[in-house]
Amino acid sequence: MNFEFSEDAELLREQARGFLQQNCPPSAVRAVLDGEQSYDAALTAKIAEMGWNAAVIPEEHGGLGLSYYELCVIAEELGRAAAPVPFSSSVYVATEALLAAGSDAQKAEWLPKLAAGEAIGTFAFAEAAGQRSDLGTRLANGKLSGVKLPVPDVDAADFAVVLTGGDGGSLALVDLKGSGVQAEPVRMVDFTRGHSRVTFDGADAEALGASGQGNATVDRLLDRAAVLFAWEQVGGADAALEQAREYAMGRYAFGRPIASYQAIKHKLANMYVKNTLARSNCYYGAWALDTNAPDLPLAAATARVAGIEAYHFASKENIQTHGGMGFTWEFDCQFHYRRSRLLAANIGSLNLWQDKLVSALEQSSAA
Amino acid sequence: MDFEDSKEEAAFRAEARAWLEANVPAKDEWAHLGEVEAAKLWQKRKYDAGWACIRWPKEYGGRGGDAIQQVIWGQEESKFTTPPSVFAIGQGMAAPTLMAYATEEQKARFLPKLASGEEIWCQLFSEPAGGSDLAALRTKSEKDGDDWVINGQKIWTSGAHYSDFGILVTRSDPTVAKHKGLTYFFLDMKSPGVEIKPIKQISGGANFNEVYFTDVRIPDGQRLGAVGQGWQVALTTLMNERASIGAGGMPVNVKNTMALAQRVQLNGRPAIEDGNVRAKLAQWHVQEAGLKYTSYRTMTAMSRGQTPGPENSIGKLVGAPKAQDMAAFCMDLMEESGAIWDPALSEEAGIFQLCYMSSPGLRIAGGTDEIMANIIAERVLGLPQDMRADKGIPFNEVPTGSS
Ligand SMILES: Cc1cc2nc3c(=O)[nH]c(=O)nc-3n(C[C@H](O)[C@H](O)[C@H](O)COP(=O)(O)OP(=O)(O)OC[C@H]3O[C@@H](n4cnc5c(N)ncnc54)[C@H](O)[C@@H]3O)c2cc1C
Ligand SMILES: Cc1cc2nc3c(=O)[nH]c(=O)nc-3n(C[C@H](O)[C@H](O)[C@H](O)COP(=O)(O)OP(=O)(O)OC[C@H]3O[C@@H](n4cnc5c(N)ncnc54)[C@H](O)[C@@H]3O)c2cc1C
Repeated sequence: MNFEFSEDAELLREQARGFLQQNCPPSAVRAVLDGEQSYDAALTAKIAEMGWNAAVIPEEHGGLGLSYYELCVIAEELGRAAAPVPFSSSVYVATEALLAAGSDAQKAEWLPKLAAGEAIGTFAFAEAAGQRSDLGTRLANGKLSGVKLPVPDVDAADFAVVLTGGDGGSLALVDLKGSGVQAEPVRMVDFTRGHSRVTFDGADAEALGASGQGNATVDRLLDRAAVLFAWEQVGGADAALEQAREYAMGRYAFGRPIASYQAIKHKLANMYVKNTLARSNCYYGAWALDTNAPDLPLAAATARVAGIEAYHFASKENIQTHGGMGFTWEFDCQFHYRRSRLLAANIGSLNLWQDKLVSALEQSSAA
Repeated sequence: MDFEDSKEEAAFRAEARAWLEANVPAKDEWAHLGEVEAAKLWQKRKYDAGWACIRWPKEYGGRGGDAIQQVIWGQEESKFTTPPSVFAIGQGMAAPTLMAYATEEQKARFLPKLASGEEIWCQLFSEPAGGSDLAALRTKSEKDGDDWVINGQKIWTSGAHYSDFGILVTRSDPTVAKHKGLTYFFLDMKSPGVEIKPIKQISGGANFNEVYFTDVRIPDGQRLGAVGQGWQVALTTLMNERASIGAGGMPVNVKNTMALAQRVQLNGRPAIEDGNVRAKLAQWHVQEAGLKYTSYRTMTAMSRGQTPGPENSIGKLVGAPKAQDMAAFCMDLMEESGAIWDPALSEEAGIFQLCYMSSPGLRIAGGTDEIMANIIAERVLGLPQDMRADKGIPFNEVPTGSS
C-alpha cells in the first residue's frame, strides 16, 4: 500500500506554500476584505502564470495534463491562505463542466484560454434559498432568461455554466460579457469572495451537453468539485488550528499559558482529530477523483462532510481560543470563520452531502 | 407551583399590556434616531409612567415591584418592537453594585438617572492582560490627598463611547497577592485624561472600546468598598452580569428556525419534515425551555431575596454556543443562499448571518464558555481548582509570558 502523495506533488506543495506566503500574506486577504475590489486581481494573474489553472487540462488543449493529486495540493494551499481569488468556481467547476460535457468546438474555444489564464469561468446553479427545485432559468432558441443567485466570481469571469430548469435540467454556456446579462454584487458573509445576482434577459447562450442531462451532469460535477472544496477546507482548518496553537502558547492567564489548561488542550486536540479525519478522507477522495473510481460519490461525500465539519469547528474554536482578540476586526481569525461558512454553502450544504453520503452507502451495500 | 397568573398578576399583566399598547413608540418615531437617542426616548417614556426598573425601590426611580412582575413586564414588552436597550450594564450591573456599596446620597443622585436612561454607564473591568483572569488587571490607582490618580488601560469596554459614567476596578497595591490589591471606583467618563478608542468587531460594528487613563483624578468619595476590597465588589457586579445575560433572548431561536424550516425545501420536502431537522429542533427546544424554566426558578429564589448564585452561569454557557450552532444550521438550510448577508436579499433581513457573525462575541463576553464551565465545576460542584502559578505570591511576581 502507498497512501501518500508523489514526490512531485509534495514538491509542488512546497512551491505553492512558498508562493502564497509571498503573494498572499494575510495583508492581501485583508486588502480585499476592507477594499472595494471583490478579488485580488494581481494574485489571480500570478496564479495563472504559475499554471495552476492549467493543471488538469489535457495538453492537447493547452493544459499541463497533471494529475488531480496536484490540483488537490493546490486547493489545500489556497484554502490555507484563504486566498481571495476566483479559482474554485473556474477550475473545480466550470473547467470540469467543459471537460465533461463540452462539444469539441466548445472545448477548443475555452480550454486553451482557461489554461493560459486568459479566461475565467464560473457556475450559476442556485436561484433561491433552500435546495434546488423548479429552476426558473430557461434556454430557448439560443437565448437564456432567468435570475441566478448567488453566482460566484462574476466580476472576474468571462463565461458561466448555467443550470436551467425543465425536465432533467439542462446546462447552458453563456458569455458573461455579452448583452442581456446584468450582474449586481451581493454581499456575502465572506467579503473576500465576490458573488452576484445575475439576471439573464435573452442573453446569447448555447447548450452544454445534451438537453435533459443537466441535473445528472451537475451531480457528477459536484462530486468531483466536492473533493477539491474539501481540500480547501482542510487547508483552512489546519491554518486555524495553527493560529490557535500559536496564540495559546503565548497568552497567559492565572500565571500560566492558556495552552496549559485542559479545556484549551482538548479543544485543540479535537480540532486536530477532526482535521486528521477530514484529511485522510480527502486522501481517499483524491484517489477516487484522479482514478474516476466507481466509489467517487461516496468518497467525495465523505470528504465533503468531514471537510465542512472540520473547518467549521476549527474556525469557530480558533476565535474562542483567542478570547476577545479573536472577535476583533484587526485579528485574522475572522478570515477562516467567514470562509468556512462560504465553502460550506458554495456547492450545497452539510444536509445535502450527508444525504448523498448515506445514499452512496446504500448503493454500495446493495451492489 | 403554578403558571397561571394569580388575580393580582393578571391585573398587573393587563395594566402593563394596556400601557404598552398605548405608549410603545411607532417605528417611524425612532427609526431615524441614533441607537442611543432611540433607546433614551423609550426608557424615559417608561420612567415617566413608572414602568422603568420594575423591581427597584420607588425612591430610586423604580416601580417597587417584585420579581414576578419583572418577568411579566419582560414578557409583555418583548411582544412589541421597541428600540434596543443600551442600559443593561448600567441598570443590570452598576446599579446593584451601587445599591450594595454606595452612600445614600450617591444612590439618590445616580440611581434615578440610571432608571430614566438619562445617564448611561459602562463597565471598565477587562484589560489586555486581564480578561478571564480579571484579577490580573494592572491599571494603577494611587492615593493623592483626597483623590486617587489612575493610570493604565482598559479594553473591550462596551458602550464607553456613549457612556456618562463607568465602574472601574484598579490595582492599588501590586505588592500583595493579586486579589488583595484591588480597589473599586466609579467615575465620570468625561474626566480629564480619559481617552476612548473604538475597536471594530468581526460583525462589523464598533460597540466596544479601548479606554486609556492618564493621570485621571477620582475623588476618594467615589470609591466603592474598602481599599483592597475591590475583588469582592467586582464579584457583586459579575454575579449580576450572569443574571442579566442569562435572561436575554437570542436573535436566532426555535421560533424563527422553525419558521425557516417550514419555508425551505430539503430533499424534495419542506425541511421541517426532515428527521434530522426535527431532532435538532427538539434538542434546541429542550435547551431553550430548560433555560427559561431555570430562569423562572432563579426569579422565584430572587423574589425571596436571594442573590443569583454561580449556577446562573448555565444561561450563557448554553445560550451562546446554541445561538452560534443555530445560526450555522439555518444558513445550511438555505443552501447556497445561506452565505448571502444582504438585508435586501437574505431571509429575515439577514438576522441569521448577523447572529453567526456576532455569536462568537457572546461566547466570550461576560466570561468565556470555559470560564463559565470552570465556575460550575468549582463554585457549584466544589471541584478543586487547577494548579495555580499565581496563588499566594505578590502580584508583581506572577508569571506573565511575553506581555
Ligand atoms: C462583545 C464583548 C463585549 C465585552 N464587553 C465588556 C465590557 O463592557 N467590559 C469589560 O470589562 N469587559 C468586556 N468584555 C471582555 C470580556 O469579559 C473578556 O473578553 C473575557 O472575559 C475573556 O477575556 P480575554 O478576552 O482576555 O480572553 P483570555 O482570558 O485571554 O482567554 C483566551 C482563551 O483562554 C481560555 N482560558 C482562560 N483561562 C482559562 C482557564 N483557567 N481554564 C480554561 N480556559 C481558560 C478562555 O476561555 C479563552 O478561550 C467584552 C468582550 C466581548 C467579546
Ligand atoms: C467576566 C467574568 C465573569 C465572572 N462572573 C462570575 C460569576 O457570575 N460568579 C462567580 O462566582 N464568579 C464569576 N467570575 C469569577 C470566576 O468565578 C473566577 O473567580 C475567575 O474567573 C477566576 O478567579 P480567580 O482565580 O481570579 O479567583 P479565585 O482564585 O478563584 O478566587 C479569589 C478569591 O475570591 C473568592 N471568590 C471567587 N469567587 C467567589 C464567589 N463566587 N463567591 C465568593 N467568593 C468568591 C475566592 O474564595 C478567593 O478568596 C467571573 C469572572 C469573569 C472574568
